[in-house]
Amino acid sequence: MVASRRDRASSKDSEPAVDAHRFEPADLEHYYRSMLLIRRFEERAGQLYGMGLIGGFCHLYIGQEAVVVGLQALAREGDSIITSYRDHGHMLATGMDPKGVMAELTGRIGGYSKGKGGSMHMFSREKRFFGGHGIVGAAVPLGTGLAFAHQYNEDGGICFCYFGDGATNQGQVYESFNMAALWKLPVVYVIENNRYGMGTSVERAAAAGDLSQRGAAYGIPGKGVNGMNVLEVIEGAAEAVDHVRGGNGPYLLDVKTYRYRGHSMSDPAKYRSKDEVSKMRSESDPIDQLKKRLLEDGVFDEAHLKDIDKQVKEIVGEAAEFAQNSPEPDPAELWTDILVDA
Amino acid sequence: MPTQILMPALSPTMEEGTLARWLKAEGDTIEAGDVIAEIETDKATMEFEAVDEGVLGKILVPGGTDGVKVNQPIGILLAEGEDESALEDAVKAAESKSGPKSEPASAPAEAEPPSSPKPEAAPAPAQEESDEDPEPTYDSFKRQSVREALRDAMAEEMRRDPDVFVMGEEVAQYEGAYKITQGLLAEFGDKRVVDTPITEMGFAGLGVGAAFAQLKPIVEFMTFNFSMQAIDQIINSAAKTLYMAGGKMGCPIVFRGPNGAAARVAAQHSQCYASWYAHVPGLKVIAPWSAADAKGLLKAAIRDPNPVVFLENEILYGQTFDVPDVEDFVLPIGKAKVERRGTDVTLVAFSRMVGHCMEAAETLAGEGISAEVINLRTLRPLDTATILRSVRKTNRVVTVEEGWPFAGIGAEIGQLCMEQAFDWLDAPVTRVAGADVPMPYAANLEKLALPQPAQVVEAARAVCYASSQG
Ligand SMILES: Cc1ncc(C[n+]2csc(CCOP(=O)(O)OP(=O)(O)O)c2C)c(N)n1
Ligand SMILES: [Mg+2]
Repeated sequence: MVASRRDRASSKDSEPAVDAHRFEPADLEHYYRSMLLIRRFEERAGQLYGMGLIGGFCHLYIGQEAVVVGLQALAREGDSIITSYRDHGHMLATGMDPKGVMAELTGRIGGYSKGKGGSMHMFSREKRFFGGHGIVGAAVPLGTGLAFAHQYNEDGGICFCYFGDGATNQGQVYESFNMAALWKLPVVYVIENNRYGMGTSVERAAAAGDLSQRGAAYGIPGKGVNGMNVLEVIEGAAEAVDHVRGGNGPYLLDVKTYRYRGHSMSDPAKYRSKDEVSKMRSESDPIDQLKKRLLEDGVFDEAHLKDIDKQVKEIVGEAAEFAQNSPEPDPAELWTDILVDA
Repeated sequence: MPTQILMPALSPTMEEGTLARWLKAEGDTIEAGDVIAEIETDKATMEFEAVDEGVLGKILVPGGTDGVKVNQPIGILLAEGEDESALEDAVKAAESKSGPKSEPASAPAEAEPPSSPKPEAAPAPAQEESDEDPEPTYDSFKRQSVREALRDAMAEEMRRDPDVFVMGEEVAQYEGAYKITQGLLAEFGDKRVVDTPITEMGFAGLGVGAAFAQLKPIVEFMTFNFSMQAIDQIINSAAKTLYMAGGKMGCPIVFRGPNGAAARVAAQHSQCYASWYAHVPGLKVIAPWSAADAKGLLKAAIRDPNPVVFLENEILYGQTFDVPDVEDFVLPIGKAKVERRGTDVTLVAFSRMVGHCMEAAETLAGEGISAEVINLRTLRPLDTATILRSVRKTNRVVTVEEGWPFAGIGAEIGQLCMEQAFDWLDAPVTRVAGADVPMPYAANLEKLALPQPAQVVEAARAVCYASSQG
């Protein structure tokens, strides 16, 4: 997907400074486009929820786009990816079809799970996206199992296992860390640290604040990364990915990010100030930052970026259209997919 | 074309809300992302952000309006360059469109047909026939939601006993993900209203340990789905200790939270744990329906010296009932309530399905079938006497539960009737239960997966050998 970047993923950069010119224009365009697609997709999902076309829980990824887009830039064909319920961005970043994702949100037959999974539960064997899990922390042992399979099959793949800051307090996370370190499993643990687990800030939930050190007792190296800047995510995570690909066992990234919207659609977000949100939006927005960089450095001109905006809007428009027109699943689907015929 | 601003759905269970106030006036320019109004759901006041930009041409629903249906037009947004004439047409168009669209997919809450919560029948009719020990009657009642009743029960018990404390995710500062612990932090402080990290196995076990030390924890699971993370502590530590200690150490603890399906939250977030926990000796299991049940039984659960699993229901939280207005209203654990007297068939249910049975009984009455409705209230210990007394009168039983049929509460009641009322049965005991599948997300499938009042009616007709009407 990001061919030119992929080859350089393992070249270790020690300087933290990020220079847009060290990335190929094609890569930069891809990052921009991917983040924008997620942003516009999520805005539209929020709108469809308000119209009653999407129901239940719907956790938007707005603000966190640089995290998955940056890490996917380091992924190779054959790697695995797994996350929690805040999963729309991950699916789009792995190249899953926006139509199929949106139609799943509306609960229609054209959705990735035929409308039976909804926002939190989608999967793609083809893209090696393994869900889409609703139980906080549960994806961590599952991702560790995916890494186990990579090692078992000696296929050279690694697992990108995403979870929230809130999830780092679940016991099963540490049971996983122990096994992964013990058996040197190829897994990059990615904490998407958006500062809150629902209404509880990291400070109120996690002793000894620095989440990157949560694997220290198991000898798992960890580091913090600025998750609001896609180029810094790539630079910062490259070391982790190299470490894991090199057969050295797991690595833990504490990627600092922020969600602009409420936890899910019904959260009035009274636990943080409006200033805090608007400051992040105006000063650290991942899309604005990249855009500014691209224009200032003369990588692209305004017109080119406008074109991308337009194309993305069209894709999202088509996805929304498809999601509204795809029929509801046939009632007979209620009784299918419970067990595989054996 | 001017754009209609529609009343948004702001939570999984919202069908209508209050448009508390507009933050923009007619004529104001609006940018995408601007907060334009405040909307109250049953849980919270939410900010409503604009998705489109333009000028607020007309406010169709003024601030302070209650009961605004989701998707009803509340205002008109004019795009750049649009004028008065465009506005008039748009207002007309909006006025012709009343309430939510009717096609199935656009009504998110369709899975819950507003199951017209009947006010809890005042106990008067229950006096017609004498129970072995009838519930006392009350003169005055107050109208309360299940949510308020649960909160009051906890607050009263916390006032009464300093050893009672409540613990769980978002229970303190956020006042509960479903607002059940509203006001408790303010009254009791953070020593007794404790926010935990997301760590169910940890805090459930910690609660059991504190109960060994004779504190009386109320452990809230944000929903019972997450109690599965902690089920080992509930069963192996809480339920079995008294026995393993030869009676020397027990554990007065309440595990509570919403159980069963909410609305459109899919398989991992919608399942009924009634039969799971009712299976376990050493636990008491309660599943209230009305606000009175919730209040009286939660108080009893907190006072009980045993571990109690208290299964609430999210969809019932906002429903209101009459609650006896007496000091210290406590109901006995292990005692069912006959909600409606009848002679032809007994409908046995718990939690939200009691409402379905009341609705079904009403329909059946119109067809000349007199149904008795038993609200189990407690699942373990099960009030077998009340069930059997009814069966021996009606000779026909339909059990109703939201959970899966296999090894469910209905199966247990069927077996009870076989063992203890076989000679009285005029028809096989029949079960109405949730479809034997993980809960689907799609609106149409979810509705098919959950028992509906019509199925209860159908089952009752079948055991009465009555042909279906209409
Ligand atoms: C085991 C479990 N407990 C509680 C919940 C309810 N819940 C859903 S998301 C969430 C907060 C998680 O926060 P975090 O891990 O930081 O992820 P974020 O939502 O910020 O992406 C909670 C408590 C759940 N889904 N699973
Ligand atoms: Mg978080």
